Amino acid sequence: MELFINQVLAGIATGAIYACMALAIVMIFQAIDHLNFAQGEMAMFATFIAWQLMQWGVPYWWAFLLTLIISFAGGVIIERLLFKPLAKAPVLTNVAGFIALFAIVNSVAGLIWDFTIKQFPTPFGSSPFLGSQLISTHQVGMIGVTLGLLIALFVFFRFTRIGLAMRAAAAMPESARLVGINTGWMVALGWGMASAIGAIAGILIAPVVFLEPNMMGGVLIYGFAAAVLGGLTSPLGAVLGGFLVGVFENLVGTYVPGVGNELKLPIALALIVIVLVVKPTGLMGHTVVKRV
Amino acid sequence: MSTIQESAAETQAATVDAPPKKAMGLGRTASWVMLIILLILPLFVRNFVIFQVTMLLIYGIAVLALNILTGGSGQFSLGQSAFYAIGAYTAAILIEHGNVNYVLTLPAAGIICFIVGFLFGLPALRLSGIYLALATFALAVAMPQLLKLGVIEHWTGGVQGLVVTKPDAPFGLPMSQDMWLYYFTLVVSIAIYIASVNLLKSRSGRAMMAIRDNEIAASAMGVDLSIYKTLAFGVSAGITGVAGALGAIAVQFVAPDSYTFQLAIALFLGMVVGGVGWLPGSLVGAAFIVFVPNIAEEISKGLSGAFFGVLLFAVIYLVPHGARQAAIFAENLFNKLRRS
Repeated sequence: MELFINQVLAGIATGAIYACMALAIVMIFQAIDHLNFAQGEMAMFATFIAWQLMQWGVPYWWAFLLTLIISFAGGVIIERLLFKPLAKAPVLTNVAGFIALFAIVNSVAGLIWDFTIKQFPTPFGSSPFLGSQLISTHQVGMIGVTLGLLIALFVFFRFTRIGLAMRAAAAMPESARLVGINTGWMVALGWGMASAIGAIAGILIAPVVFLEPNMMGGVLIYGFAAAVLGGLTSPLGAVLGGFLVGVFENLVGTYVPGVGNELKLPIALALIVIVLVVKPTGLMGHTVVKRV
Repeated sequence: MSTIQESAAETQAATVDAPPKKAMGLGRTASWVMLIILLILPLFVRNFVIFQVTMLLIYGIAVLALNILTGGSGQFSLGQSAFYAIGAYTAAILIEHGNVNYVLTLPAAGIICFIVGFLFGLPALRLSGIYLALATFALAVAMPQLLKLGVIEHWTGGVQGLVVTKPDAPFGLPMSQDMWLYYFTLVVSIAIYIASVNLLKSRSGRAMMAIRDNEIAASAMGVDLSIYKTLAFGVSAGITGVAGALGAIAVQFVAPDSYTFQLAIALFLGMVVGGVGWLPGSLVGAAFIVFVPNIAEEISKGLSGAFFGVLLFAVIYLVPHGARQAAIFAENLFNKLRRS
C-alpha cells in the first residue's frame, strides 16, 4: 500500500510537468485551432533566456518576470511575422511551418548555449517534502504554480473583457469581428500567452530534467497525451490530464510486469490513440458541431 | 455543451488544397526525359553517388506513398516511418532468418504493411486533420521502442539490429552491387509509380479524391467512406513497406533507431516540398530530404537545423504548392516561348 501511495505521489509530481506543458498546448489550440509542435522548443528557448539572465546576475524572480515578458513578446512576434500569413493556409502547411520553427529554435539554442547539460536553480528548494522521499518541495511548488496558473487563466477568461473577446474570437470569428473585436490580434495574444505559459513550464521543469536544447522532446509528447486526454478545448482538462498521465505512467511502470522504463513512452502514446478513438473530445472537452 | 462553428471557419480547416485535375501526373515528353536521365545516370558517377541516388528513389517511393494518402484521400500521417520500419524489418528477417530471396521480400513486406496499415486505418477512421496527425505521430514515436522489445529480440536483434547481405547482380551481369541494386530499385519505383498514377485515375482513386474534397458530399454520392479511407491507409502503408524493404537491402542494416519519428517528419516534409497530390513531385521531395541536410551541414555545422527550417519556410511562402507549382510555371513558360 505504501508503495502504491508513493508511486501515486511521484506520478503527481511528474504529472505537474506534463500539466504545465499541456496547458500551453491547449492555450494555443484554443487560439488558432492548431497543435503547435514547436511549443516545447519555444519553452526551452525561454528557459535558456532565464538561465542567461541569472548568469548575468539578475535575481531569480526578476529573471522569471523578464523571461515571461520576453517570451510573451516573442510569441506575438512569431505569430505576426511567420504564422499570420498562414492563417488561411491548409492544416498541412501549418504543420510544416511548426516543424520548421522547431528545427530553427532547436538549432539556434544549440549554437548559442551549446548542448552541455546545465543546472537550473529552483526557488522552492529541493529538500524532501514532509519527509517523503519521492516528492520534493520543488515538485510541490510546481504543482502549486500549475494550479495557480489554472485559476488565473480561469479568472482571466471568465471575468475580463479581453478574455471574453478572446473566447469570442476563437469560437465565432465572423461574429466576433462584426461586434468590433480585432480577431487577428486576439490570435496574436493567444500565441503570446501560450508562449509565456510555456516559459513558466520550462522554468519549472528545468530543475528536474536539467537544461539543454533537447530537454523538451519527451515532455512535449507527454504534454500532447495530457492535452488530448483532458480534451484539447479545456484548460482544466489539460491540467487534470497531465496529472492522470503522470500517475498512470508510474503505476503501469510499477505494477504491470515487463513494462519498465523502456515502454513507458509507448504506453503514453497508446493512451493518446485510445482516448482519441474512444472519446475524441477527451475528458472535459466539448463537441464541435459543424454546420454544412 | 456544444458549439456550432461558423461555415467560414470550416472552409479554412481543409486538410489540403485540391490540386488541379491535370496535375496528378507528368506529361509524356517529360516522363521519357526523366526516365532516360535515370537510366544512364549510373554510368557516369561513382558508386557512392549511385548509392545516394538509390536512396533517393527509395525515399521517393515512400513520399509517393504518403502522397497517395494525403494528396489522394486527404488524410494526414506523421507516422509513415513506422510502416517503413515494419517493411525494413520484414525484409531483413526474411533474408537473414528465412534465407528468402531478396526479390520475394518486397511483396511480403508490402502485404504485411498493407495489413498493418489497414488495421491502423480502422480506428483512424474516427479521426481527422490534426487528431489523425497526432495519432500517427504517436505510432511513429512508439515504433523504435516496440522494435527493441525483449520478446522479439531473437528475430529483430534488439538494439543491435540486423545486418543484411547485399545481393550480387544476377546472371553474371558485369555490374557492381550498387549499380545492380540501383537498376532493381528503379524498376520497382517505375512499377509503383505507374500503378499509383493508374490507381488515382481509377474509380477508387476518384472516390478517394471526392472524400478529400468534401467528405459529406462524397458520402451523399454513395462513396463508402470507411472502405476507401482505410483502403488508402492500407495502400499507402503497403507501398511504404516496399520502400522500407528496399531501404533495408540498400543500407544493409536495420536498427530501431534508424526509424525514429524524424524519418516520418522527413517524409512529410518531402511531400510538402514536392507538392501535395502531385506524384512526380515525390522525387523532388525525396531529393530535398536526402541532399538538403547535407548541404545545410556544409554551410554551417551549428546552424544546419536553422538553415533547414528557414528553407522550409521559404518553400511554404514562395511555392506553397511545392514542386508542382514550379513545374506548372515552367510548363506555362515553355508553352509561351513556343508560341511566340
